Amino acid sequence: MLYAILCYDSEDVVGSWSKQEEDAVMAKLSVVQEKLAKQGRLGPVARLMPTTAATTVRKAREPVVLDGPFAETKEQLLGFYIVDCASLDEAIETAQDLARASSTAGAYEIRPLLLFRPGAGAA
Amino acid sequence: MTDLAWIDAALTSARPRAVSTLLRYFRDLDTAEEAFQDACLRALQHWPQNGPPRDPAAWLIFVGRNIAIDAARRRGKQETLPAEDVISDLSDAEAEVAEQIDGSDYRDDILRLLFICCHPELPATQQIAVALRIVSGLSVKQIARAFLVSESAMEQRITRAKSSMAAADVAFETPGAVERAERRAAVATMVYLVFNEGYSAQGAAAAARAPLCDEAIRLARLLLRLFPGEPEIMGLMALLLLQHARSSARFDTDGAIVLLEDQDRSLWNREMIAEGLALIDKAMRHKRRGPYQLQAAIAALHARAAQPEETDWAQIDLLYAALERLQPSPVITLNRAVAVAKVRGPAAALAMIEPLAPRLSGYFHFFGVKGALLLQLGRAREARIAFDQAIALANTAAEAAHIRMQLDRLIKDNGPGGDAEARRH
Repeated sequence: MLYAILCYDSEDVVGSWSKQEEDAVMAKLSVVQEKLAKQGRLGPVARLMPTTAATTVRKAREPVVLDGPFAETKEQLLGFYIVDCASLDEAIETAQDLARASSTAGAYEIRPLLLFRPGAGAA
Repeated sequence: MTDLAWIDAALTSARPRAVSTLLRYFRDLDTAEEAFQDACLRALQHWPQNGPPRDPAAWLIFVGRNIAIDAARRRGKQETLPAEDVISDLSDAEAEVAEQIDGSDYRDDILRLLFICCHPELPATQQIAVALRIVSGLSVKQIARAFLVSESAMEQRITRAKSSMAAADVAFETPGAVERAERRAAVATMVYLVFNEGYSAQGAAAAARAPLCDEAIRLARLLLRLFPGEPEIMGLMALLLLQHARSSARFDTDGAIVLLEDQDRSLWNREMIAEGLALIDKAMRHKRRGPYQLQAAIAALHARAAQPEETDWAQIDLLYAALERLQPSPVITLNRAVAVAKVRGPAAALAMIEPLAPRLSGYFHFFGVKGALLLQLGRAREARIAFDQAIALANTAAEAAHIRMQLDRLIKDNGPGGDAEARRH
């Protein structure tokens, strides 16, 4: 069974780390990642840009584009895509296509990736 | 991370929200700051045992408010009360407060706190010092070091600034749309000033002031979170990130200036560039251009070029032209001339900057650019005169040294010299 492990933390706190603190945290995490990679169990790893870089496409008859992250709490995270786009416009178009294809309620939050490692295992 | 480091980070990041809300309660900056300090001390006692609260800012606001109210009551009654039993069952109360203070209150509170620091009667350096002290929570010692003054001098400066701010009488009512936009613009300028104070430092001051750039980026991020749909705030944030991304490449090991086109681009911070580009992309979709967005768009074109030769100078020329229309200024025209030199040649650029001479006769970069253009046109004698004038006007030893280097090159081979946008490095 493949599992996604989603990271939640306070962006304010993480954002106020010094370079040294950031490096220390990342070094500890990479030890765990390397262990998983050696076992062939590590799939893609991504770090998202801060929510200030987010754009949200709200599903509606004609999907609405909003600046900022997805903020509602009555909906839950059900899945995600990683798509290669030439620009934010293309990413929004892609999200709108998805929104039209699944015309339930909800939203797609678009967050550029800061880091992406495709990973070899867990295929 | 150790407990203490975590608590420190949590307190720092909660500070703008907590101090600004306490300011709304008490309508007095000193009381608000004191209440926050007291709440932080209490946090250091409680958090290591009880674990961090769900919403540190709400906890600090609640505790700080209670301590301050209690202190006022005690002063009123002229009698002492036990200090420790004021706060009972903190965790429940904290949850309640978190419910009560919703996002929109925070937004106007933080904006007000930032805006108070931009009091127009305060000189720019004082605005910056006060913002760093009150909003960012830097110690007086840290700020004094950045401004290369003694701690006591900085303490005095901040105290004086605070008393003019207290007299300013900033409205505590929720601001209207126009007033909010005005406050936002003033705060954006102040954030940019904080950044520039760090970015423009050279030589020995550069290392001491570098943290100001990080603080400015944090303030810009705070502002962007308050106004996620404002393209100019996105532009500001993008501009700061794209400029700061180059910081490790802008000076060589001896502290000499390295021009943009000579910089080792592998030293540029790719993560900052990626975020800056994402933000400018986002801003441009709004089709409401402003000065920060245009400057960020120019910085983005430099950041996108893997090699200096790949720079899209024609587009940079157009962006500077748009910036000139928005904010006519001889300095912007001077910068545009550098792009024009690349696109249409040095003669066109020289013709463009010659009319600026009366207004820029005291400006170092004017003569630096003029000298470089003359040199390209093979007018070595005139180039030397311009470079000599530049040296006489240099603000720092590094600037003078940089021009002297061009002069040396001129004397040595009399060949074409390097140029760059007026001050970009």
